[in-house]
Amino acid sequence: MPSLLPSLLSRVLPHPRPMRKLDERLGFASAGRAALAKVFPDHWSFMLGEIALYSFVFLVLSGIYLALFFEPSTAMVVYHGRYAPMRGEEVSAAYASAVRLSWDVRGGLLVRQAHHWAAHLFIASIVLHLCRIYLTGAFRRPRELNWTIGLTMLVLAIFNAFAGYSLPDDLLSGTGLRIFNAIALSIPIVGSWLAFLAFDGEFPGQEIIQRLYIAHVLLVPALLAVLISVHLAILIRQKHTHFPGPGRRDANVVGSRAWPAYGLRSLSLLAAVFAALLLAGGLLQINPVWAWGDFDPATVTAPSVADWYILWIEGALRLFPPVEFQVFGFEIPNQFWCGVVLPGLIFGALYLWPWLDRRWNDDREPHHLTGRPRESPLRVGLASAMLAFMAVLLVAGSQELIVQWTGWTVGSVRDVLRVLVFVLPLIAGFAGRWVAESLRRSDLDHAVELGHREMVAGLRRRNRPQAQ
Amino acid sequence: MSAPAHAPRSVVLCFMLSALGAAGFAASYVIGLGNEALGVSIGAAFAFLALGLARWSSLISAAEPEYVEERSIGPTPQHEYDAFKQALIEQPVPRSWVLWGSLGTAVAAIGGAALFPLRSLLPAMGTDPDAVLSRTPWKAGLRLVNEEGLPIRPADLALGGVVTAFPEGLDPREHVDTTTLLIRVDPSILQLPAGRASWVVDGVVAYSKLCTHAGCPVGLYVDTADQLLCPCHHSVFDVATGANPIEGPAPHPLPQLPLGTDGDGYLVAEGDFSAPVGPSWGNH
Repeated sequence: MPSLLPSLLSRVLPHPRPMRKLDERLGFASAGRAALAKVFPDHWSFMLGEIALYSFVFLVLSGIYLALFFEPSTAMVVYHGRYAPMRGEEVSAAYASAVRLSWDVRGGLLVRQAHHWAAHLFIASIVLHLCRIYLTGAFRRPRELNWTIGLTMLVLAIFNAFAGYSLPDDLLSGTGLRIFNAIALSIPIVGSWLAFLAFDGEFPGQEIIQRLYIAHVLLVPALLAVLISVHLAILIRQKHTHFPGPGRRDANVVGSRAWPAYGLRSLSLLAAVFAALLLAGGLLQINPVWAWGDFDPATVTAPSVADWYILWIEGALRLFPPVEFQVFGFEIPNQFWCGVVLPGLIFGALYLWPWLDRRWNDDREPHHLTGRPRESPLRVGLASAMLAFMAVLLVAGSQELIVQWTGWTVGSVRDVLRVLVFVLPLIAGFAGRWVAESLRRSDLDHAVELGHREMVAGLRRRNRPQAQ
Repeated sequence: MSAPAHAPRSVVLCFMLSALGAAGFAASYVIGLGNEALGVSIGAAFAFLALGLARWSSLISAAEPEYVEERSIGPTPQHEYDAFKQALIEQPVPRSWVLWGSLGTAVAAIGGAALFPLRSLLPAMGTDPDAVLSRTPWKAGLRLVNEEGLPIRPADLALGGVVTAFPEGLDPREHVDTTTLLIRVDPSILQLPAGRASWVVDGVVAYSKLCTHAGCPVGLYVDTADQLLCPCHHSVFDVATGANPIEGPAPHPLPQLPLGTDGDGYLVAEGDFSAPVGPSWGNH
């Protein structure tokens, strides 16, 4: 009886309806109607940023639940829980509560693991989103500001993932903190003061877990929430870029309306992200802190492999030669080059990229119509070189696994990687540029065939006409 | 814009399956099923929700045209921009350097003053960090104890044996810089730097366990080669020649602790390490 429901509702709901009452007070209907009609381009690559957004939502929700059980303290307590091998042992309160979350809190392990997977997905989707923006030239004028905001969010995301990884005070995270401390110490002139400020004195200090906790659950998430809001406000103001196509110009956006088609699709993506994270949280074990043991500054796990978003720095630290020299009478510690200078150079170049690209191409015009990656062989080449460089560093960061598989010595694996870290980016860079250039040339040669393909693609889209 | 008139059955089915998954999650929680059951049920609930929404959206898209929206962004017309600028700097807000300068000074001073309480993050040291980093609590006569807190005789170590040692009476978790490796080697292979011959007792040498690269504990001892390997960045140190780095990124040898024995035959330190332990720092 489909007609029963509306009549029932109209009797239950007071008159006039709540929405109308709200509008009487706020007068939002005309602005709301315009918002519902906002046009979003239909291309899968535009969903990468949304995956990052929904991962952030999941991180906040699951993080709030975890914070209700986690105890950010290095005070020693005796563990009495379901995990038998640890019962009666004296460990830090942080570690005990992380183990209790995994073994004794019903549903705790699911949320803990899904939260960790969400951190991976958050950073991975930001990196892929960055690649999309970079390769299609969407960072160009007028979007330089949103490029820098996005990069800042990537830096914050990596820092916060590292902070969260460090909180359980297990053996693996303690080793990560030790290296972080050594990198802070290496900064010329102020290094020792900075490290002492952060760690409350010499490593390990008594306060680092509490301080990382405040950064992890309050400072950085709040900053991220503000930056996400600004990022989206600028996006709404400037509107999306879109790929070239029939009827598409710099001065318009072509696609689906925010409501209902795009909104439902985006909500579907939200549900899909949550589904993937919760399935992973249930089925795929991640960071079993009870297996690592609690942090003991005199011991270390071997092999010790960090999470991938920080592992490239580890790889660089391993490959760097054992040099140390003085500049103006100050010794520059070895770990300074890979721990501070290398990330500084990479992110510095990324921050400056819109302006470097503008100078290189002598192009100061605003762009809203983006190109395919092949249209800029230089960018493709640089991206390939960068990804190859990172890939070698990631391999170096996990070289004990190669040693185990190949049976080679640590030294010979390192020698090979020291060569590859320079050679592979060069090869990948030139190869990437060559491929992009060939694709671009064949596009020009086969313009007619491409037109045919576009036509088929257009038919597949069920011949949707365009309307204002 | 014409959506399908009747409820699409596939979408409704997905939503019902989603609700079923959610109910399964609640039931799994109440029964106390394992992590897998909880994850699969709630994951399925969201997966079916995603499927239903995606299907619904694609049904709408198929019935809809492609929409075009004009983009109205661009610089504001010059006269409007001038009017905005005029309103911003209009009287009674004069362009006085003294006025604006003094306001700037006040704001900068407040900002600077707000940084001072950050110093409270530092512990009470009575000295600067460089002095704290430069020394450890080891001193002449302080006994070495093992992880159980028991004193150690040279004979407790077999040839090729390794023991992690700490100063007696100090919490090793608070004084990480004291962590020491005792290794017993054949005394004839030792080629220590000049003046360190008396630092060894019956072939037992003591080195700082903290890697001089990034401070990780140098946890792996290869007794066939008398080498120490750091598992973090794979620096290798040669025990016989004063723990000189022979491989990897570590730039300095592991500092050596001078050893002796007390009246009861237990190992004691004869002073502090030969150099600051752990990673180099920027004001070294």
